[in-house]
Amino acid sequence: MEQNMSNKEESTSFPGEVYPTAGGGIVVSKLDEVINWARANSLWPLVFGTSCCAIEMMSTASAKYDWSRFGFEVARATPRQADVIIIAGTIVNKMAPVLKRLYDQMADPKYVIAMGACATSGGPFFYNTYSVVKGADHVIPVDVYIAGCPPRPEALLHAMISLQEKIRSGATREQIKIQNPGH
Amino acid sequence: MTPEELKLKLTEILPTAVPEEGGEWLTLVVDVSAWKEFATQLRFNTDLAFDYLFCVTCVDWKTHFTMVYHFRSTIHQHTVVVKSKLDHINPEIETVSDIWRTAEFHEREAYDLFGVKFNNHPDLRRLFMTDDWKGWPLRKDYEDPVNMIKL
Repeated sequence: MEQNMSNKEESTSFPGEVYPTAGGGIVVSKLDEVINWARANSLWPLVFGTSCCAIEMMSTASAKYDWSRFGFEVARATPRQADVIIIAGTIVNKMAPVLKRLYDQMADPKYVIAMGACATSGGPFFYNTYSVVKGADHVIPVDVYIAGCPPRPEALLHAMISLQEKIRSGATREQIKIQNPGH
Repeated sequence: MTPEELKLKLTEILPTAVPEEGGEWLTLVVDVSAWKEFATQLRFNTDLAFDYLFCVTCVDWKTHFTMVYHFRSTIHQHTVVVKSKLDHINPEIETVSDIWRTAEFHEREAYDLFGVKFNNHPDLRRLFMTDDWKGWPLRKDYEDPVNMIKL
């Protein structure tokens, strides 16, 4: 238990080591790691919800689950100031261009969480529907998927923490794109 | 009025109206040809005064359509449901948007999704679907090989 906790501490704490010198010490780190650490701990979500998953998302933001504990408190109503878009709900054909435009308007680096069955695959609207996009990843790239219909707030928190880990390890699509410009 | 009194009153106004059992509210089935005159009575007869049309829907039964109208009176606090059977090949009914303004959008919705034609409607266009959309998506026999994965 103690071992686990200290590991967890290591993955979320400031990256780097203290190099002891006379009169205190110097922190030695990599700039990329510091940037990733800073980005991961201050993710501003876009206020965006298209159906019932949004209710669970609002619940996750409110006092009982309180996602601000993990650095998500500043939900933004404009894509210009948001870092992460949580696709909370069904994306219909008429909404798809709007979602694409919102994503395009977000400043780099940007991240996407597909919340619930509809955003992942169309979910209950996969068959016999004329109006639903069968997965939001047909429109914009997704970093983290959450199962559930709708997922519980705990699942959303887990996804957000997973996204933070992904950013910290430099493994999101955006980060890979920046490191390998040719690809 | 109680549902029983309402039933007596309404069948007095339109003797061909057939009451239907089993619903939450008093339900009457009327003929399409009698619909507009009956609707006018519902709204302007002072004993009835159904001033609130709170739901307009259509049902596709494959053999025919049924238009369903829910009315309530905010003066007398009574409710009635009126149904009317429409032809499946050529569904047509008279508009009530001149009596209840709210029907204008509700009828556009039924037109958009079921293809029911409302005669004398002031602005019968598509509402949710794009203007160039082909077909009526909520009909049971609707086919859309581009957007729809059939199960």
